[in-house]
Amino acid sequence: MADMLALDFMQRAFLAALLVGAVAPLVGVFLVQRRLALIGDGMGHVALAGVAVGVLTGSSPVWAALIAALVAAVVVELIRTSGHSQGDVALAIIFYGGIAASVVIISASPKGTPGTLTAYLFGAITTVTQSDLWIFGALTALILVTFALLRWRLFAVASDEEYARSAGLPVLPLNLALAALTAVTVVVSMRIVGLLLISALMIVPNAAAQVLGRSFRSALFWAVGIGVLSAVGGVGISYAANTPSGGTIVLLAIGCYLAAAVGSALIGRARRSAHLEAEKHGHEHGPGCGHEAIPHDDHVDYVHDGHRHAPHLGHYDEHDPDHVHAAGEGDSGGRR
Amino acid sequence: MNTGPSAVIELADAAFGYGERPVVSDVTLSIAPGEVVAVLGPNGSGKSTLVKGILGLADQFAGQVRLFGVPRAEFREHPRLGYVPQRHTLSGTVRATVTEVVATGRLSRQRWFGRFSGTDATHVERALSLVGLADRERVDVADLSGGQQRRVLIARALAGEPEVLVMDEPTAGVDAANQHVLAEVLARLVAEGLTILVVTHELAAFADLVTRVIVVDNGHIQFDGPAPEFNDRRQDVLHDHDFHHHDHELTAPARQVVPRSVEVPRPGRRRG
Repeated sequence: MADMLALDFMQRAFLAALLVGAVAPLVGVFLVQRRLALIGDGMGHVALAGVAVGVLTGSSPVWAALIAALVAAVVVELIRTSGHSQGDVALAIIFYGGIAASVVIISASPKGTPGTLTAYLFGAITTVTQSDLWIFGALTALILVTFALLRWRLFAVASDEEYARSAGLPVLPLNLALAALTAVTVVVSMRIVGLLLISALMIVPNAAAQVLGRSFRSALFWAVGIGVLSAVGGVGISYAANTPSGGTIVLLAIGCYLAAAVGSALIGRARRSAHLEAEKHGHEHGPGCGHEAIPHDDHVDYVHDGHRHAPHLGHYDEHDPDHVHAAGEGDSGGRR
Repeated sequence: MNTGPSAVIELADAAFGYGERPVVSDVTLSIAPGEVVAVLGPNGSGKSTLVKGILGLADQFAGQVRLFGVPRAEFREHPRLGYVPQRHTLSGTVRATVTEVVATGRLSRQRWFGRFSGTDATHVERALSLVGLADRERVDVADLSGGQQRRVLIARALAGEPEVLVMDEPTAGVDAANQHVLAEVLARLVAEGLTILVVTHELAAFADLVTRVIVVDNGHIQFDGPAPEFNDRRQDVLHDHDFHHHDHELTAPARQVVPRSVEVPRPGRRRG
């Protein structure tokens, strides 16, 4: 461990992993919310064309990729918003055009072969330069500030665009902002995770977090935790096992997701067998419904014909009538 | 009725629709503060398009729309108008608690750099207790029943402290127990002095609260009058199977409508 951290390139790789692990899930959650889980993948394809142009012209591949991804992000969002019947096909043309152009352009470069692109596609820990790190740091700061400022507006637009518009929120600018955030995230990740796999780091930690969290906010904390753990852990394993960092990071994230899903299914099964659903009744309990209300841990029970009903999901659970409650017993069951 | 500068919503010869084609047209109406207006009509009649047009969610083809005396295009005081869209489910793709969803109703009142303040929290709590969901604030909305989710959407609109509440089919697909609760919620809002515009299939649930009825059919306003007058003439005015009045279709003396089966596709027919 110590010798790994003593290496300059590993220090840079860990720092880059920390940055991308933290921001990718923050941007990804809105893509999950809007059912656009694959859009980051397409932007990665276009960013790759930017990389190829950078290699060919001898300029920085990071800047060229950033410009390509940002342009693609805006165009893609405008096509989506237009709702044109051929919009989906237009997106496919842009995305595959990007990856096709990158392969052709790179082969025109005296220094490059299509093989040169592998490191950009799948991530490589040895490639993070000091100047990359400065750019990534600045871009990460930009993403964090934008996220902090816009997160609830992005949440509102993603959860109910029609309502957001009626409330006077600037829906199109917010959607463009999210597209730009996605493009920037793609670029920040291009060294460590790779342009073909970045979408996974935006999405998979959120998939796991949706299982573990109980609110949008708490799920975000889980997602960032899992993102950082996967990215930093993946870089470490990548060094030790001599594997491409991107693939290692994503497999680690998927492992987290599977552990979360299996664990929660087992706990859910145990709880279900332990909880008793109240008789069906055509009455909605609520404040002032006429039944005595008893605050109970994180919910309120209602005394109905001498027994206690606890709201659970869309129905009510039965509390044992002479049940004395110990703190944190949580017999309302399931996730709430 | 109710014309003049005091009107909260005023339409003159307005036409709304989507894309190329208006769905409702020749709409002239004026809603005064404190009115509780039900917009009735069969599926595809254009009643949802009418309220979406008022809100700026449908395209306007003709006429004028004034909100609180201000032309629609210049209207910036969005929080004064609360909208409860017709939705059967809330986003199930990510977790969101009841409070988190309702808090988005405060966004239109917040500055870009503003934080969620104590005032915001107070209004969210108040909105939740008005709809009877104060005990579910930390529950994931996806875990609530359809009727409860509908009340979350009402609370979201209320959190913005609106003066006018526009609701699109709040009772559609809601069981009887929840319809009853919804009617109680609405009664509470009427008591608060809110002006309400509710698009509905089921007037029965709100019959006691509604002061005025507008019937939209085939893209035009077929009836607009006080609720008692509507009750006297409802069999003349309604002729759609949604209202089970087929037998009385031919009895209308005034405002005669040509009877036809709703199964026949009409030009401009569109959901909502």
